[in-house]
Amino acid sequence: MTVRPGRIAVHIALILYTILALGPILLILINAFKTRRAIFADPLGLPNGQTFTTIGFDRVFANSDFGLYFLNSLTVTVVSLVLIVLIGAMAAWALTEYRFRGNTLIGLYLAVGIMVPIRLGSVSILRMMVELDLVNTLTALILVYVAQGLPLAILILGEFIQQIPKDLRDAARCDGVSEYRIFGSIILPLISPAIATVAVFTMVPVWNDLWFPLILAPGDGKQTITLGVQQFIGQYVTDWNAVLASLTLAVAPVLVLYLLFSRYLVRGLTAGAVK
Amino acid sequence: MADVSLHGVAKSFGATEILRDINLSVEDGEFVVFVGPSGCGKSTLLRIIAGLETVSGGEIRIGSRRVNELPPADRKIAMVFQSYALYPHMTVFKNMAFGLKFAKTDKGEVDRRVRQAAEILKLTPLLDRKPRELSGGQRQRVAIGRAIVRNPSVFLFDEPLSNLDAALRVNTRLEIAKLHRDLGATMIYVTHDQVEAMTLASKIVVLNQGRIEQVGAPLELYRSPRNLFVAGFIGSPRMNFIKGQVLRVNGTGAILGFAGTEAAVEVRPDSVKPGDTVTVGIRPEHMTEGGAETASLRGTIDAVEQLGESSYVYMKLASGDDVIVRAPGETDATPGGAYTAHVPSRALHVFDAAGMSVLAGRA
Repeated sequence: MTVRPGRIAVHIALILYTILALGPILLILINAFKTRRAIFADPLGLPNGQTFTTIGFDRVFANSDFGLYFLNSLTVTVVSLVLIVLIGAMAAWALTEYRFRGNTLIGLYLAVGIMVPIRLGSVSILRMMVELDLVNTLTALILVYVAQGLPLAILILGEFIQQIPKDLRDAARCDGVSEYRIFGSIILPLISPAIATVAVFTMVPVWNDLWFPLILAPGDGKQTITLGVQQFIGQYVTDWNAVLASLTLAVAPVLVLYLLFSRYLVRGLTAGAVK
Repeated sequence: MADVSLHGVAKSFGATEILRDINLSVEDGEFVVFVGPSGCGKSTLLRIIAGLETVSGGEIRIGSRRVNELPPADRKIAMVFQSYALYPHMTVFKNMAFGLKFAKTDKGEVDRRVRQAAEILKLTPLLDRKPRELSGGQRQRVAIGRAIVRNPSVFLFDEPLSNLDAALRVNTRLEIAKLHRDLGATMIYVTHDQVEAMTLASKIVVLNQGRIEQVGAPLELYRSPRNLFVAGFIGSPRMNFIKGQVLRVNGTGAILGFAGTEAAVEVRPDSVKPGDTVTVGIRPEHMTEGGAETASLRGTIDAVEQLGESSYVYMKLASGDDVIVRAPGETDATPGGAYTAHVPSRALHVFDAAGMSVLAGRA
């Protein structure tokens, strides 16, 4: 069997990209378990008997409210995710299934939401949150993230809902199933791959976001994990052990969720691509 | 059980008129087939009866109730779709039980009804399978089963056999006919296939361009088509049409001249006058190779198709018209040769310039 050079080139490119993408994460993981001296002396080396230490983790747990930050991040991410998927799926269903005045206009409005970064409105958002007395609350973050995630979610889910044969909905209507039930018992199960895709796409930027936690909820014990890590990075001294340890801990849940969703994710992405 | 009646039903999408002034009554227990070319509005009409489309005008009654404003579920109908429309993530059992679950039927009753329907349709061994594990024919039976368990007054079928292969189509057609006999329910069936219409229907409704062309029993439509469209649509191969002229009229008797021959027919009084142009229709199966008291058509043979039990002879008449003749299987006709077909005058159909039949007894 001969291997075509084109295939080899593709594989080389993919392997290089994988190294590029996974490298930093691996670096964080291995260096989180090394002494400060070893981190700088041999950043690429694996921890061994001499260099292994968990001092970073100890310091994270001792010197900061890591548990609290983690919980804050988790709350914000999970609540945003649930709201985005739920509202997004319902809006996508309404926009694709029902013809009403303003239907196209709302669709276009949402498309604009995908193209214009929400950060452009940071000043107004901050002002609004101050007015609403929501500064330093998780609610402020959730509201912003839901607004940020909805347009793309509606676009992707709408595309999928359109692919569900119309006869299925008509059959359910003849069966006497209410519109809410059709949505809940037929549409939702059938678009679950798309929901997984949307979940991953929304979850990662929300979990990793530094910007909005920094301007909307920087204090009062409402910091998220990305903000919490910052306290170890000083202007003159940075506690690398603690930074890497907390980053390791921060990566874990995203990784777990990603693994959970990835089976569906691949299906969702390819299904969307072929059609 | 219930009868269905439509009064002045009209439907338009924007400026496009899909259906206009449809008046029709379907008796309780009847098997009515809507047939017509694609785009004639037959599926839309069915969906209007189902309640999946709203009407732009007119009234629909099922039983004694006006149902215009009722959602599909409250109309006591069940619909079988061309694409089967089975819920892909549910087993056969759940597919069939799904509608009942929301009608607040108790569990034992749901189970009994699903199993009974499965028994009728020979689906019992498949109850735990998912639709993707079934063949096309099995899927169609599940879709029919889902309709049966709802115990509807009216069954609606939207081209249910179109996705099946030829052999299965014949089988399922027979099963549907048997189902109709066993259940005695009113059934309305949409198809573009006139063979399905002829074999299943107790009453055929021929639709064209959003209008009803003719309503009647299958053989009635075959024997006495009211106009050119119905004459051409019902029957296979298609009826031959030849341009002709009215030569003489004497009361209800008229002498027609066409393709170099003459024939006498009975017409409605005052429907034609001498000199009128008419279209003469002759079914391929009504032309014979010989016979007395007949008009004769002479021409040359273009092609011969031998089917075994019969042969189709395609010939070109001296007048330039193309004609198909259904000849015996053992014909000695060969392409290029001369051929004479004889037509008894009672087998003639005659239509005026507007395409309406002028024969006596055709309203």
